[in-house]
Amino acid sequence: MDDRKQQAAVALMEGRTLRCRGAWTLPEVAPVERVLRGMVWPSTGSLRFETSGIHAFDTGGAVVLHRALTEARRRGCEVTIEGLRSEYAQLISLVASNWGAVAADVTPQRNGIERLNASIRNRLAHIVQGLAFMGESSSALLRLFVAPARIRWRTCLNSLRVDGVNALPITGLLTFLIGVVIAYQGAEQLRKFGTNIFIVDLVGISLLREIAPLIVAILIAGRSGSAYAAQIGTMKVTEELDAVKTFGLSPIELLVLPRVLALIVALPLLTAYADVLGVFGGMLIASNQLNVSFAAFLSRFDEAVALRHFLIGIGKAPFFAAIIALVGCYQGLQIRGGVDDVGRHTTISVVQSIFLVIIFDAICSILLNWWDL
Amino acid sequence: MMNDSLPMVATTDQPGLPVIEVSHVSTRFGRAVVHNDVSLTVVRGEVFAIAGGNGSGKSTLLREIVGLLTPTAGLIRLFGTDSRELEESDGRPLHRRFGVMFQGGALFSSMTLAENVAVPLREHTHLSPGIIRDIVALKIALVGLPQDSAVKYPSELSGGMRRRAALARAIVMDPELLFLDEPTAGLDPMIADGFDELLLHLKRLLGFTVVMVTHDLDTLWRLADRVAVLGNGRVLGMGTMEDLTHSNDPVVREYFHGPRGRAARLQYAGTVLHQE
Repeated sequence: MDDRKQQAAVALMEGRTLRCRGAWTLPEVAPVERVLRGMVWPSTGSLRFETSGIHAFDTGGAVVLHRALTEARRRGCEVTIEGLRSEYAQLISLVASNWGAVAADVTPQRNGIERLNASIRNRLAHIVQGLAFMGESSSALLRLFVAPARIRWRTCLNSLRVDGVNALPITGLLTFLIGVVIAYQGAEQLRKFGTNIFIVDLVGISLLREIAPLIVAILIAGRSGSAYAAQIGTMKVTEELDAVKTFGLSPIELLVLPRVLALIVALPLLTAYADVLGVFGGMLIASNQLNVSFAAFLSRFDEAVALRHFLIGIGKAPFFAAIIALVGCYQGLQIRGGVDDVGRHTTISVVQSIFLVIIFDAICSILLNWWDL
Repeated sequence: MMNDSLPMVATTDQPGLPVIEVSHVSTRFGRAVVHNDVSLTVVRGEVFAIAGGNGSGKSTLLREIVGLLTPTAGLIRLFGTDSRELEESDGRPLHRRFGVMFQGGALFSSMTLAENVAVPLREHTHLSPGIIRDIVALKIALVGLPQDSAVKYPSELSGGMRRRAALARAIVMDPELLFLDEPTAGLDPMIADGFDELLLHLKRLLGFTVVMVTHDLDTLWRLADRVAVLGNGRVLGMGTMEDLTHSNDPVVREYFHGPRGRAARLQYAGTVLHQE
């Protein structure tokens, strides 16, 4: 037969006969489907499907042919099929017998108000869940104060090492560079007024009070908050959290609190360390660009930068730590589905914790300003 | 008029021709020897099962046949082509001709069931979204899943439903050859029986060759035309289940004459009598 290697094709002959030829199989049938979609069907009368030229056929071809048949019938044609091999006819009847299920549209249709309703409910549920998690964590924390023997020291210390000690190089380097940048920017302006020594006030107060705590918090949110979400989320996906629960242990006590405690300890320490390196960066630039010697810088530092600036900066750090750790763990526990849910919630944990840290910092600034601190 | 044995896709190949030829395959991971000179042939239209105890290299052999692993020595031919060529880009026409159902389903968790089943169609054909939707819905109906499960994500499906969904994805391209890795493991007996029936039904409808790895003795009795038993890195016995029960190899004897083996055989004999 010469049509062995023929491509799938379809043509309307004399308006009454549809000649189908070639391999009507999934990889080959696409051109036929395009022709059929643009086909102008005769509106009445009889239509003959001449199918003896089809030499290969699978469910893909069957679906295409069946769609054409139903479409032609819908337009009011009298449809007859000729020359279809019996095994192909079986496939067509297989498609026809399942067409009810195929044609049923299952995509849930919702109008705007329903969608709005669902999204509001969703958000409210999230707020309630978040509050419930806060409450659970706080009560678990209080229980620990009553029975400190239940603190998971191993997890705590491990977390302290991974999230605190191992973060020293990167936080140190970053705040040092920030100190350098601030001093450079300030130097230009201060030189114009000949008030070089005020570089100490500029670098000291801004770093100690605001910038060092914020930079450290943002860095740790990206470094540890995301890790908490991914760790706890993966444990949830692999049913490890369920195993923990069946031992009668609380995931909050076992996983969340040690991380929160460790970060509450680590973040103020990291901030103090960052303060030192940031100021050192500023000091280098001051001596280099503004002729303010190290000795002059340090003696001015004593007078100009009050202790409260340092204490306010350090004092904010534990709250930042609690926000980061709780958000990270909470997002981890929220993971329901599979692999890509882990990624999504990890991202959310970072964005949310940085957002909340900055909001908290802004509120602190406003309140402290009111109290003239 | 109804003739089940006719192949649906008319090609130059006839029934009885080898689809898979595994010749003298050896596999070593470091010092661990998994296969030592394994040879077997799968012919068109049969249900071929690879059986054997845990760790006998069944799944490894399957992974080698579909080109996910390369054997240390020996040759595997798939439709007459060296399976090492599967890794190269021109292996893609070959990939269209077989479907694989993985043990855990291996459904993409970020996609709905319908999107999962549609992946091969999107990648290998130029069909319009409407037709793809219809073919996907047809395949979902064929494996006996309700249509409203099409918009669900794998994590929202039960284990049995996930297995069916994986089967729907494996058969969506109407493959000539279907690989199943432990199709009934971890399913309850009722659902496993249903799955066996479903496979037979689909094989009759779509006419594919089946290669499966399993140690479910009920499935072996019910589905397999021929079985190869792997053990100690070799093929310990090959033939119909009836042949294998008369095997002289002690491991094969133990495999089929343990309490479970006997029970499965009796049950199979019972169903055959019942049908007659």
